[in-house]
Amino acid sequence: MIQVQVKDLKKYFPVQKGLLERILSRKVDYVKAVDGVSFEIRKREIFSLVGESGCGKTTTGRLILRLIDPTDGRLIFKGRDITFLKGEELRRLRKNMQIIFQDPYASLNPRMRIGDAVGHPLEIHGIAEGGEKKSMVFETLRKVGLEPPEKFYNAYPHELSGGQRQRAAIARAIIVNPEFIVADEPISMIDVSLRSKILELMKQLQSELDLTYLFITHDLAVSKYISDRIGIMYLGEMVELGLKKEIFSDPRHPYTIALLSAVPIPNPRVKRKHIELKGEVPSPINPPSGCRFHTRCPFKEETCETEKPRLIEVTENHYVACHKAQTLSIN
Amino acid sequence: MLFSSIISSILRRLKFRRGVKYYFTFIGFAIVLSFVLMALLASFISPYNPVKRAGAPLESPSFKFPMGTDGLGRDILSRIIHGTRIVLRITLLSMTLSFLIGVPIGLLSGYLGGKLDSVISLFMDSLYAFPGLVLAIALAVMLGPGEISMGMSLTVVYIPTYFRMVRGEALSVKENLFVEAAKAIGAKDRTVMFKYILPNIIPSLPIILSLNAADAVLTAAALSFIGLGITAPTPDWGFDLRMGYPYLTSKIWWPSTFPGLMIVFLTLGFSLFGEGLTEILNPRLVRR
Repeated sequence: MIQVQVKDLKKYFPVQKGLLERILSRKVDYVKAVDGVSFEIRKREIFSLVGESGCGKTTTGRLILRLIDPTDGRLIFKGRDITFLKGEELRRLRKNMQIIFQDPYASLNPRMRIGDAVGHPLEIHGIAEGGEKKSMVFETLRKVGLEPPEKFYNAYPHELSGGQRQRAAIARAIIVNPEFIVADEPISMIDVSLRSKILELMKQLQSELDLTYLFITHDLAVSKYISDRIGIMYLGEMVELGLKKEIFSDPRHPYTIALLSAVPIPNPRVKRKHIELKGEVPSPINPPSGCRFHTRCPFKEETCETEKPRLIEVTENHYVACHKAQTLSIN
Repeated sequence: MLFSSIISSILRRLKFRRGVKYYFTFIGFAIVLSFVLMALLASFISPYNPVKRAGAPLESPSFKFPMGTDGLGRDILSRIIHGTRIVLRITLLSMTLSFLIGVPIGLLSGYLGGKLDSVISLFMDSLYAFPGLVLAIALAVMLGPGEISMGMSLTVVYIPTYFRMVRGEALSVKENLFVEAAKAIGAKDRTVMFKYILPNIIPSLPIILSLNAADAVLTAAALSFIGLGITAPTPDWGFDLRMGYPYLTSKIWWPSTFPGLMIVFLTLGFSLFGEGLTEILNPRLVRR
């Protein structure tokens, strides 16, 4: 069953200009943060979006949750078009889809006790109040490993460590029993020693609560650990999409191959094709013509500069947007 | 909750900062507190009736009249003690009203932004552009003399200071991730404003409050001085100062000096308190 469907999603942010520039030219520039992305997330699946910073993965997550409005495209949640939901209906939808932010130091209100912060969604959606709310908060705090809950209930965020704060943020996200959670780099700002514990917790909660995750990360190793399927993004576009196994054993897009060769393998005897990327990611205001990756691609041909590759199925359920997908292979 | 958050953030910062300004806060607080006590206990501690003749006119300070008597033979000490009531009442009234009006408007304007914000800001900035006293005089002329109308005109003068402060803070606080998080859990705008944004602004407000109070004491005295404030025979520092100063040329200094000193002390008290708080709570604050 399909939980979330994203169809040709686009988000263009207008570029703020100075007064003089505005007078001199009428043209408005746009940062094409997300430019025609389509994919689906199945129920009880962990789908990872992987890419460099600035590739539009976080924007995609926020768009799906309707925290920002898409420029174009469709969002379908459990078969219902939510692209244009507004006001009360959108608020009610928020009970079903939640987010865990990257920065646990900024995502909790510094003047709200943990118990109030975690229990607030219950109040907002009129689920529970008073003693009932408190016991639900206690139960949720226990679920995310903040024990004993009495100790954390009355604490302020600054009294907690980064890992504990992220657990509190997770508690706030799961307390209303959502079906779908966007996890936006949930471990990248947490001490390395605690990362695997948070990932463990998220996995465990997924099976306990039947959750579907959109897991946003820049770290292929993390996505290998947690996800079922992976989508690789580059400059606002999806370049490769498939089962985790496929992506890691048979990557077809040169960008994916490059990313994979940057992941260290703890075995000195393993030899593999190595691609080193040169240069910087081009500006999303003026993305390169044709294939957006052609400026950095070692296998570039003339067609790549003019013709935009479409996302095509190379093997079953494995999609790649590259003119040379059929011939390229890591092996 | 809001109150306790102010206290806790004051206490937290106090641990780290113990400069000269740290002591300013307490000196200022002590001055203000003693004026408040004076106002509350006025009837008990003033030796004479402030509006009745107690001795000969213009008697110099003595044991009988510690601050002398004024041109009508009234005891200046008693008038000063009772005058505290008026000035504190006006300050309290105008501070409360301008706080209650300026803070919510600033919050709304800063949080919602857009056209509404532009219009309100333009209006507030045009109010703010007037020097406080000039605006107060204009309003006081329109409203006529009296305690309430003085309070009202001062209210209008100080609304923009709260507005600007709160709007600016709201603009920066609303960019925080926890505000987006609040929206993500489905909080309404009102909830976001009062539960997520306002509590993060509140700690900066006592500063504005006490600095405005200091300014308001001066402005109120100035209004009375030029005859737009309290009417005779009610004891009022600004008015008494006005009545006493013609005698200065005859070397009769006490009818004007003592009310003037009181104005200075109370203003000093509020300013020291405010300055000290600024240093403790918000060292980077830009103020009027």
